[in-house]
Amino acid sequence: MLEYLLKRILYAVPIALGVSLVCFLLVHIAPGDPLVSVLPADASQEMQEQLRAAYGFDKPLPVQFGLWIWRALGGDLGFSIATGRPVAAEVWRAIGNTFMLAVFAAAFGFLLGAFLGFVAGYYRGTWVDRASSALAVAGISLPHYWLGMVLVIIFSVQLNWLPATGAGPGGSADWEWDWAHMRHLILPALTMSVIPLGIVARSVRALVSDILSQEFIDALRAKGLSERGIFLHILKNAAPTGLAVMGLQLGYLLGGSILIETVFAWPGSGFLLGNAILQRDLPLLQGNILVLAMFFVTLNLLVDLVQTWLDPRIKRG
Amino acid sequence: MSAASAALSSDAGQVPVASRGYWANVLRRLARDKVAMACLAVLVLILLAAIFAPLIAPGDPYRGSIIRRLRPIGTEGYPLGTDELGRDMLTRLIYGGRLSLFMGIVPVLNAFLIGTFLGVVAGYVGGKTNMAIMRTIDVFYAFPSVLLAIAISGALGAGIFNSIVSLTVVFIPPIARVAESVTTQVRNLDFVDAARASGAGALTIIRVHILGNVLGPVFVYATGLVSVSMILASGLSFLGLGTKPPEAEWGLMLNTLRTAIYVQPAVAALPGAMIFVTSICFNLFSDGLRSAMDVKL
Repeated sequence: MLEYLLKRILYAVPIALGVSLVCFLLVHIAPGDPLVSVLPADASQEMQEQLRAAYGFDKPLPVQFGLWIWRALGGDLGFSIATGRPVAAEVWRAIGNTFMLAVFAAAFGFLLGAFLGFVAGYYRGTWVDRASSALAVAGISLPHYWLGMVLVIIFSVQLNWLPATGAGPGGSADWEWDWAHMRHLILPALTMSVIPLGIVARSVRALVSDILSQEFIDALRAKGLSERGIFLHILKNAAPTGLAVMGLQLGYLLGGSILIETVFAWPGSGFLLGNAILQRDLPLLQGNILVLAMFFVTLNLLVDLVQTWLDPRIKRG
Repeated sequence: MSAASAALSSDAGQVPVASRGYWANVLRRLARDKVAMACLAVLVLILLAAIFAPLIAPGDPYRGSIIRRLRPIGTEGYPLGTDELGRDMLTRLIYGGRLSLFMGIVPVLNAFLIGTFLGVVAGYVGGKTNMAIMRTIDVFYAFPSVLLAIAISGALGAGIFNSIVSLTVVFIPPIARVAESVTTQVRNLDFVDAARASGAGALTIIRVHILGNVLGPVFVYATGLVSVSMILASGLSFLGLGTKPPEAEWGLMLNTLRTAIYVQPAVAALPGAMIFVTSICFNLFSDGLRSAMDVKL
């Protein structure tokens, strides 16, 4: 087990390096000189050279990559062009809000999705199955940024029950555990919960219906086991794969929150990313994406390890 | 249809029917799938409307009117109202299908060609080539798809071409993975050995035996990605990264109408409804195709 653990962690290192390389190259596939946006239009040639050297843009690419990754490991992601503040601090402050949103959305989406998938798989072929599978397809096909708009129209514009934007009263960006802040979380979290809902429901349905068609279920029923007992057996067999699907979906939520955060002006990392794009703030864009992608890589690794721990048979595959 | 032939065709996946080809059976099964057929009809309708937009649209998609802004649905002369610049919504929704469908389908088509090529080469050649291709693919797979699309698009800047490039990059890894795994399975089957033993070259084996078995499943998988691609492409436009105003595209229209939700909520929600309907039809049709072709992925 320890050997497998080490092998799996070692395997994640080149992936993490590759992901960093892609993030590093983002600035270099961008058209135009990244310095243009920092410099005033009448900057002299000398000033340009000075700044180029300061940012390290005068060195060959592999050296730049090495320096960049060395600084990133030490927590230095450069400075935002728009605000001049350190990128790492900006991203760190925002990512907590995204995490908050993703966790609430995941909790709701996973529970509802797993429930829908379970009843669909358990009663497969019946109208319950068709209805919940239809819901799952709708969830997958829904442009969630549009759903966010529709929810705002209904609950903020028409009914005036919940706030349409922001994370707290008076545009406050820092989270607190009170109703004034919770109210702001409801609509974006509800919108976001639809992203994993369909996928989780579909996966759980396939898992449950697959388990139910295996012989050991017939044997258990013949033995006289109650349906509650059968349920526990299904749960035990579906858990490793089901949890893996959910773990990945949580990662997708963290990385894919930009559209929802834009709709609701939720001050998280996605919103920050949207601003970076609008202002062509490439260091902020790059640092933000690097942090989110690294979260995703780590989460993937954790999911893999937990899955193997729950179901050691996977290790052989 | 007699009961006997119905029974035969439902088992067509296992029982080879000499008189009819595989594809004829797939089409027959697909034609009996009411949901898939209804979705296909809707898709064809939207596609035809988009292609013949200049003929059927009641107005000009770009001509606005400063005094007729944000009219409600059902206004005389504007059946679906007007947008924030007084342009006819019905006309713009019909025209919008052109870019939205284009930007949803083209990246998947590109990724289908490139991804299948990479996957088949990796799966057939194996060894170091497989390592090199698949480990590179793994790196791109390690990004959440939305984040990767936005990262590349955000770096390259706004524009239709740039969105298509970024979405193509997003869809190559999953398609290549499917192509690689099917190719590896097929490569080890006896008939490939038989072909090699009878003197067939690598290219002939790939063309006849591998592609013949790989293209079907990969194609079905790719059709399932079109809806994701449409949602992502419209999402990029929604962020200001895809198409630029005054272009008519559903995601961009949704973006520019966001400020109008307090005045004309129903009108503002229309472009998103179009994205939703198109994407759900693509998904359901892809599901129907998958079960008609009896593909398990």
